[in-house]
Amino acid sequence: MRLRVTHVTRYQYTDPVSLCHSLARLKPRDTERQRTLTAQVRVDPWPAVAREHIDFFGNRVNYFSIQQSHSSLEVTAQSEVEIRAPTWPDPVITPPWEEVVRALKHGRDTRLIDARLFTLASNQVPLSSEANSFAAPSFRPGRPILEAALDLMGRLHRDFEYDPAFTTITTPLDEVLAHRRGVCQDFAHVALAALRGRGLAARYVSGYLETRPPPGQAKLRGADASHAWFAVLIPGLGWVDLDPTNDQAAQEQYVTVAIGRDYQDVAPLRGVFYGGATHELTVAVDVDRVGSG
Amino acid sequence: MPPQTAALSGGPTRLVDDYRPVAGVYDEMRTADGEVRPHWQYLIEVLRALGPDGIEERWRDARRLIRDNGVTYNAYGDTEGMSRPWELDLLPLQIRSDEWATLERGLIQRAELLNLILSDLYGPRKLITAGLLPATLIDAYPGYLIPCHGVPATDDQPLVDYAVDLTRTPDGAWRVIGDRTQCPSGAGYALENRVVLSRVMPSLFRDSHVHRLAGFYRSVRRALTRLAARRTPPTRIVMMTPGPSHEAYFEHAYLANYLGYNLVQGADLSVRDGALWLRTLGRLERIDAVLRRVDDLWCDPLELREDSHLGVPGLTQAARAGNVTLANALGSGVLEHPGLMAFLPRLCQHLLGEDLLLPDIPTWWCGEQADMARVLDELETLVIKPAGNPPGRRCLFPGRMDPAERAALVARIQAEPDRFVAQEHIVPSTAPALIGRRIEPRPTVLRTFLVAEEQGYTVMPGGLSRVAFEQDTPMISSRLGGIGKDTWVLASEPERQESLLGTGDLLAPAVAQESEVSSRVADNLFWIGRYAERAEGLVRLLRITIFKLSERQGYAATDDLTSCVPSLLQALTHQSQAYPGFVGDGFEERLRDPMPEMLSLIADPERLGGLPQTLQALGQAAWSVRERLSVDTWRVINDIEEHLRALTRRPPRDFGPALDELDPLVTALVAFSALTHENMTHNEGWNFLEAGRRLERGLNTATLLRGTLSRIGREHEEHLLIEAVLGITDSLITYRRRYQAGTRVGALLDLVFQDETNPRSLAYQLVQLERVCRQMPRGEMAAGRSSIERLILRSLTGVRLVEIDRLIQPDRTGTKRVALRRMLGQLSDQLAAVSDALTAQYFRHEEQPHALLGRVGRGPQ
Repeated sequence: MRLRVTHVTRYQYTDPVSLCHSLARLKPRDTERQRTLTAQVRVDPWPAVAREHIDFFGNRVNYFSIQQSHSSLEVTAQSEVEIRAPTWPDPVITPPWEEVVRALKHGRDTRLIDARLFTLASNQVPLSSEANSFAAPSFRPGRPILEAALDLMGRLHRDFEYDPAFTTITTPLDEVLAHRRGVCQDFAHVALAALRGRGLAARYVSGYLETRPPPGQAKLRGADASHAWFAVLIPGLGWVDLDPTNDQAAQEQYVTVAIGRDYQDVAPLRGVFYGGATHELTVAVDVDRVGSG
Repeated sequence: MPPQTAALSGGPTRLVDDYRPVAGVYDEMRTADGEVRPHWQYLIEVLRALGPDGIEERWRDARRLIRDNGVTYNAYGDTEGMSRPWELDLLPLQIRSDEWATLERGLIQRAELLNLILSDLYGPRKLITAGLLPATLIDAYPGYLIPCHGVPATDDQPLVDYAVDLTRTPDGAWRVIGDRTQCPSGAGYALENRVVLSRVMPSLFRDSHVHRLAGFYRSVRRALTRLAARRTPPTRIVMMTPGPSHEAYFEHAYLANYLGYNLVQGADLSVRDGALWLRTLGRLERIDAVLRRVDDLWCDPLELREDSHLGVPGLTQAARAGNVTLANALGSGVLEHPGLMAFLPRLCQHLLGEDLLLPDIPTWWCGEQADMARVLDELETLVIKPAGNPPGRRCLFPGRMDPAERAALVARIQAEPDRFVAQEHIVPSTAPALIGRRIEPRPTVLRTFLVAEEQGYTVMPGGLSRVAFEQDTPMISSRLGGIGKDTWVLASEPERQESLLGTGDLLAPAVAQESEVSSRVADNLFWIGRYAERAEGLVRLLRITIFKLSERQGYAATDDLTSCVPSLLQALTHQSQAYPGFVGDGFEERLRDPMPEMLSLIADPERLGGLPQTLQALGQAAWSVRERLSVDTWRVINDIEEHLRALTRRPPRDFGPALDELDPLVTALVAFSALTHENMTHNEGWNFLEAGRRLERGLNTATLLRGTLSRIGREHEEHLLIEAVLGITDSLITYRRRYQAGTRVGALLDLVFQDETNPRSLAYQLVQLERVCRQMPRGEMAAGRSSIERLILRSLTGVRLVEIDRLIQPDRTGTKRVALRRMLGQLSDQLAAVSDALTAQYFRHEEQPHALLGRVGRGPQ
């Protein structure tokens, strides 16, 4: 399936900004199931410096700096990607989760070594006994890993309330766990803490979700905004993307933009500016199907 | 007296005989058999010859030098704050040349090894994929900065500047106990220790054939020049400091000065066009390399710590684009991971094909299961170093814990084994240290320094040794604490005298090259000028007022002779702006009994506008531009601060003792003025200092004249006031010579208002102010006079054109000089406007950078 994404971010400042440096992770990366056909990031006003590099995780990062005085900033990312639907095996035949933990710890395979990073606590996903006990019912001894991960996702979906008013990007994980509410970022972080607490490799995924409700069905949440979910590594199978906000494994309508240890690694746009006093942010995202469909 | 100490007072022979090394510990001076090692013999002889009193005298000399040079170090949690003087032991650590050569080889190998590891970790990470380094060892360490991955290092040399902490095991073998790689401090203190010691013990130093240090600092300059991003001269290199409140700020300023680099803070720098620039007055200067003293994480709020105000947004990008060289490269703190030591022998074989020459203390990383089991088994005998978040450098000693604490530690290790490292508990070797009047063995750690030159690493022939205060110290921390010690590597041949100056080194630009003045520096210099002058003016006014008040004693309070006092007191309030004082609410009461208010102005540190606050502000501004003030100037600043301390610690209760403090203070302030005038190059920076001084003096004079001459008093009173004003403005002698017939207001104004040759007159201040402002940098578009110059010229023209006789005409009531008062008021306003204009044009620092709002990804709306 082909999807076209348009993501417009606009900052309006109360005072003029004299200088601004920004990093954007808005161009979708390639994955095993995703090919990026076109991608561009336009910045208005015109940046004096614009450069792209690939970060540690393989994400595409656009750095730009605006050196003329400006009172608004608009960043428009447009891309077209082709995504293949995943084919997951029957969860029952995936290996017991403890076996995966052992493989991650002792395996000599490069992929496993590379994945070890994702078994570690990170700034926004610290080790959490609260997350560990939340995970416990899903991780009965010997349970196949995919079954356990799907179960965890389902419980997250059921037990946590979606509440954009409750959290900000700096709300600590334990607070999310204590109140059982948050947004997609928070749910992904909780899942990461739960999986990493077991010694499993799990990574944060930022991206988009196409919203095109099939007739008669409810509109999927996650529409018209950037979205986030998590992926767990199953040796031999690869990274399996799971979306606890909508309680489903990622299908064709999930566009992956960037991956990292947590939100901090993949924030779509971060920046530092001089002047400006206060500012307001508006975001508009459109995900459209291209061609048939 | 404890038997193991050698008493200086016990006669020459006992000096050494009473010195008993601790059993089972290597001692630098004596062998286990009690023999004095040969290379210590000469030092011992010299000490014997000096005798206890001689030694103490030298020690006092050293203390004085340290104080005069303002050498400070502020260890965290130190209650004395920033001004705790650096402690220096009189006895250097002495090391034989041949032994040093062996150590040197090991250090160079280690630096090369660490440099290769660093390059790999921020590049291909082959060491991890090949299984030579566990991924979790590195990736779980907060010092490994993933955003810095892929930033290329100039010449593959991310580790430019490197320090190692060393001690000896009982068999005398050197062991590394710590690596300092992100911004290693201590090289400045090492130099300062050397300067002090070689001055206090010149002949001992000369005859001991000590290896000189200057060559090492030349290497540092060469290395940075070579690595500077743009090779076409002139390359610009700066030293970046977190600022005056940093514990080692003294060293930053000292080293920057010695190396001839501009000392800058993050706010002085800016990233534009993908490169790094220094904001100087009215323009930007491209920077090619940064010797940084700001820790990795704080260097760039765009990619590293968002809340850092010490760094420069975009710095990582500038380095990524190859437009600036950072020494060391961002992220080099990963090498400080204590667990890395466990892997070095293997890595050395792999990367260099050699055995590790200089072994570490046996180290285990708990992330390896077998190692953890062993660590937990032998926990009591080990030192535990957490390598977690935040990167802690604190060591834990399980052997000293109670069982509950130990159990808690075991649980923590088991929960996060990746974050714990264990090391064998080694007792550092001891060296003789002067403790009181005795020489005693004290645990000693040597920090030495390396720098990357084209042909390889160069080691400083010496270093900074530190001894613990107490004999029973488990381990000297890697922080700079304890007592400093110079380190002498003894050459067999005497060495040529050298210094950084005049080496004729082609690679290095002349040290005397003037570094640009940043806006921040100009701002501080301007205020140094203002505060110094303000303090001097205040003290002068206070003194004269006290004299006049003292004359009153014995006369009736209403006596004509003393009626100038209220005017002086009111001038005091206006000048210090310490309202209400003798002007506002309740002034009558204070005029009747002025002493408490005056003493408060003199000694109350809480009093806004009072003398202590003015002096404190002067000290702070001076400290912020430490590197731009000469040693002599700094000594005067120290004197001034000592007077300040004396005033505030023992506030005078009467005028007599107050005068005793004020008199030397005036002398010190005058000395400060003279030094800044005579000993500073009259360059861009000096122009600002001078502008501040002239502006303040002009304001003071205008305020003084306005306060004293606006009201027309009786003849006696006028006479006394004129005399007082002449005293305050130091113009009495000229006045007497010029106007022999009596005292007149007109003559006074002629001299202290309109005379452009009198350095105390208002007109003189304006002339000087105009002159220095004309030399300040201006925008490219500017033609003719700048707005600042026009402001000054308006004042100056007014002063030149006015007819004194008309100016002092009484008003209709015959009690006031309205025209004079108005004009002085206008002049004060105009001078204040000049100050504002200077601030707006030159000192306006760019606003604080902010982070953009986050949460762009927020899920459904």
